[in-house]
Amino acid sequence: MKEIKILGSGCATCNQLADAVKAVIEKDGIEASVEKVEDIQAIMAYNVLTTPALVVDGEVRCKGRVPSHEEIREILTTKKHSCCCGGASHGSNGKNPSGCCS
Amino acid sequence: MNNSRGKSLGSGALLLAASLLWIVLYVRLEALAGLVLQLSGVYRGNPFGEALFFFLYEVPKVLLLLLAVVFVMGVVHTFISPERTRAMLSGRRTGIGNIMAALLGIVTPFCSCSAVPLFIGFLQAGVPLGVTFSFLVSAPMINEVALALLFGMFGWKVALLYSSMGLAVAIVSGMVIGKLRMERYLEEWVQKMQRVSVDDDVEGTSMSSSMRMLEGVRHVREIVGKVWPYIVAGVGLGAAIHGYVPENLMASLMGKSVWWSVPLAVLIGVPMYSNAAGILPVVQALLEKGAALGTVMAFMMSVIALSAPEMIILRKVLKPRLIAVFASVVAAGIMLVGFVFNLLL
Repeated sequence: MKEIKILGSGCATCNQLADAVKAVIEKDGIEASVEKVEDIQAIMAYNVLTTPALVVDGEVRCKGRVPSHEEIREILTTKKHSCCCGGASHGSNGKNPSGCCS
Repeated sequence: MNNSRGKSLGSGALLLAASLLWIVLYVRLEALAGLVLQLSGVYRGNPFGEALFFFLYEVPKVLLLLLAVVFVMGVVHTFISPERTRAMLSGRRTGIGNIMAALLGIVTPFCSCSAVPLFIGFLQAGVPLGVTFSFLVSAPMINEVALALLFGMFGWKVALLYSSMGLAVAIVSGMVIGKLRMERYLEEWVQKMQRVSVDDDVEGTSMSSSMRMLEGVRHVREIVGKVWPYIVAGVGLGAAIHGYVPENLMASLMGKSVWWSVPLAVLIGVPMYSNAAGILPVVQALLEKGAALGTVMAFMMSVIALSAPEMIILRKVLKPRLIAVFASVVAAGIMLVGFVFNLLL
């Protein structure tokens, strides 16, 4: 069971991210809870500068943009640091991570 | 390793080919527009023909410029993340800090929906309030879309003047807010916030050049995909005015001799919210018909830099008094720019 949080104070792109995440979860049958965090103080607790941000199991995995469905799938199905947010040079599955989080 | 080298070589060749195609198109644009006009059997010299030619020439020209500038900016963004900018500005003094903040505001990726987290994140990392404001003014005002459109429609001189005046407004208003010691007008919870340490993140440094170019392409898709309808609609409006509205119609209303036109333009512009793409064609139409450059520039700056929605978002972290100071200092700066322009040009 994954715990997914979408950080963002209700702007259009934040809703896009939430919809995209939900679509991927439904399509792949991933077991996860999705929560939207709109309170600015709660958002700041994650130390992000840009929204929307995608948090999986307490870790910020993508911020400042809406990743593609494939990227979301990769983020949700791999363990920590597979997204370039963690470390672009050593993707856990050997191939290049898909340029998420500029 | 070989594979990635081949990849970056391939993308390099692609970039070169794309640039060449771009240059050829851009240089030949006027002839192409004329050709299309001829093929459609319309002749210049009457209002309709003039309007159509204007449209056929301006839309691709502005879109081409936008494409190039937005691509370059997308690549630049891979080098400068908001986190890195924050690390560079942390603990800077008034003056040099404000100048750096305003300059970094141009190249750092920024979206107005992130204004609040960015604002708080900067303060938390020890970026002074005034320096943070300099960033917050310059980032939306001097953006790639505005620069590309100004350059495309009015030439490099106006684009340069706009950016340097925008920088000046951002730097000076940030310094003024810093000197006023407004920290107590932040919301209480912001004042009580814990300092966080800054980590100059190294994300960007490990990207390959082909990945950076991909980012550029992604940026183009995102930005140009969003603003092109505004450009087509706006230039269309501009074309109609170009062909039909009599010359100097606006001169009596927004001309140089009317001193109150600058403050009026700013007053109207401040609450309005539009992106550069939406407002520029209107601006062009006004200019063409005799409105003074300073007045129009002030209008544009106030529309892009300040808006009612932004004030409402900032209310979450600023007390009304600081919002009022922020808006009036920036508006005063923009008015000054308008007056100076009208005097000099």
